[in-house]
Amino acid sequence: MIKVESLTKRYAGQTAIRDLNFEVGQGEIMGFLGPNGAGKTTTMRILAGFMPATSGRASIAGFDVFEQSLQARSRLGYMPENVPLYNDMRVTEYLDYRAALKGVPHRRVAERVGDVKELCGLREVERKLIGTLSKGYRQRVGLADALVNEPELLILDEPTIGLDPNQIRQVRELIKNLGKQHTILLSTHILPEVEMTCSRVIIIHKGRIEACDTPDNLLGQIRQAGGVVVEAKTGNDDGAEELKKISGVREVMTDQDNDWKIFSLRVESGLDVREEIFRLAAARKWTLRELSQRRATLEDVFVEITHSDEAEMSS
Amino acid sequence: MRKFYTLLAREVRSYFHSPIAYVVLVFFLLVSGVDFYFQVSFMNQRPASYSVQEAFFNSVFFWFAFVLIFPLITMRLFAEEFKLGTIEPLMTAPVRDSQVVLAKFFGALVFYIALWLPTLLYFAIFQKITHQPAANSTGAYWGSYLMLLLLGMFYLSIGCLASVVTKNQIVAAIIAFCAITLLFFLGLVQFILLDVSSRMRDALGYFSAIEHMGTYSRGIIDTRPIVLYLSMTGLMLALTYQAFQSRKWRV
Repeated sequence: MIKVESLTKRYAGQTAIRDLNFEVGQGEIMGFLGPNGAGKTTTMRILAGFMPATSGRASIAGFDVFEQSLQARSRLGYMPENVPLYNDMRVTEYLDYRAALKGVPHRRVAERVGDVKELCGLREVERKLIGTLSKGYRQRVGLADALVNEPELLILDEPTIGLDPNQIRQVRELIKNLGKQHTILLSTHILPEVEMTCSRVIIIHKGRIEACDTPDNLLGQIRQAGGVVVEAKTGNDDGAEELKKISGVREVMTDQDNDWKIFSLRVESGLDVREEIFRLAAARKWTLRELSQRRATLEDVFVEITHSDEAEMSS
Repeated sequence: MRKFYTLLAREVRSYFHSPIAYVVLVFFLLVSGVDFYFQVSFMNQRPASYSVQEAFFNSVFFWFAFVLIFPLITMRLFAEEFKLGTIEPLMTAPVRDSQVVLAKFFGALVFYIALWLPTLLYFAIFQKITHQPAANSTGAYWGSYLMLLLLGMFYLSIGCLASVVTKNQIVAAIIAFCAITLLFFLGLVQFILLDVSSRMRDALGYFSAIEHMGTYSRGIIDTRPIVLYLSMTGLMLALTYQAFQSRKWRV
C-alpha cells in the first residue's frame, strides 16, 4: 500500500529524515514511533503529498506521491497533527464540504457524512460551530474527515494527543475497528497505544529507522528484556547477595518497605528464574509476599534504541 | 469543475461567516451613500455638464473608499489558511493548486460584486424621485459597472498575491494597500509632475484608473483598458499560483 524508498528530506541546515525505506502492506496497522522531532510528521506530510521529499521516492497504492499526487491523494485520508479546522463552519457543513472536495459522488455525500458522524460519535455536536468544540471533538471531526471518502489508506498523525483517557480508549477502539477494512499508518509517542493497536512498528529516531518489526519480535530482540520483582523478609540474610548467584540474574536493586525488602531483578531475556527464586526462598526460610515477572514493554525497546544511539553519538 | 465550485462556495460562505465582511459592507455602503447624497445635492445647486452617475463614479469619496476595500477583502484569503494550518488538510485533499488559487480569487470577486449591487438602488431611487434618469444613456451604466469589474479583478488579484506571500493578515493587507495605492497614484502622475515629458505623461495616462473610469462612466467603451486589466489580472494570478506552489520548496 505504501512503499518508501530511500526517502530523504532536508530543511535549511538540517536533515529531518534520511534514507527511509519501508513498506506497509494492505490491511496493516503500522505504528510510527519516535521521540518529538524524530521526523514522523515530516514523513507523513510527504506521504500525504503536502511537501515533496528532497530525494527518494514514495508511492501510495502504486501512485507516486509527487508525480501522481492527485491519484495518490484521492486514495488516502490524512489527519494532520493538531487537526487544523475551519472554526467558522458547522460540523456537518464542514464534512459535506470535505466529502465534495474529495470527490465523493453527489448522491452519496449525505450517506457518507451520516456514517462517519455515527462512527466518530459526532451526532450530538453536528450542528455546532467547530470553533466551539472541545479538543476531543475536534480530534473526532478530523478523524471523520479522514474517513469520509472511504480511503484505502489512513494516515493519522498523533490521533490521540490531547485527549483524556476515556477518549483515548474510544479512539483506540475506533482505530482497531477501522484496521479491519483500511490500511493505517499512525504516529504516536504513546507507547502502550502502539502495543495495543499496531500489527507492525517502525521506530524512527533522528530521522533514521532504527527498528521495524512486529511488537512481539521487537520485545524479543532487546537484550535486557524482562525483570522480576521479589518482595520478601529475608531474616538475617542480605538477600541481594543470594539472588545474584542465580544464573541469568544480571543485576539486583534493593528497596526497603518497613520489614520487607523489595528486590528488582534484571534478568537475561528468555529466562524465567522465578522457580529458582522460590526454591532459594524456601531453603533460606524467607517469607515471600510477591514474586512476579515484569514483561518488557515497547518502552524498554524504545529507551534501549534511542539511548544506545545517544551513547554512540557521545563516544 | 465540481471541486472548483465546492472551493468557491466555501470561500464565499466564509466571507459571510466573518465579521470583516459586514464591517466592510457597512463602511462601504455608508461612504458611497454619503457620496451619492453629496453629488446629488451639489448638482442641485447649479447646472452641470455631467450626469449624477458620472459624478458618483469620479468623486474623491469614491476613490478613497475604492482603494481601501481591496486589502480588507483579500488579506485573509491565503494568509489565514497558512496561519491556522488549514492549508494542510486543504492541500492533502485531491485538489489542484490552480483550483485553489482560482476559487479564492473568484470567491473574493463574488463578494466584491455583492458589495456593489446595492449601489444600483441609488440610481433607481434617483429616477423614482426625480423622474429623470441618473445617466444619459444605458451605456454609461454598463460602462461604469464594467470598469468597476475590471478594476476590481485587477486589484483583487494584487490582493491575492499579497496574501499568498505571508501568513500574517495585517502584513498582507499592508502590502496590498501599498501596491494598489502606488498603482493608483501612478495614474495621477500626469496631473502632478508637470516637468516630465508629454510622452511620459501620455504613457502613464494609459495606466490611469481615474481616466479609464472617466471615459467608461460616460458610456465610452474603450477596449485598451479591457486588455490591460484582464492581462494584468492574469499575470497577478499566475504569480499568485507560482508563489503558492513555492510553499513546497521553501522551508
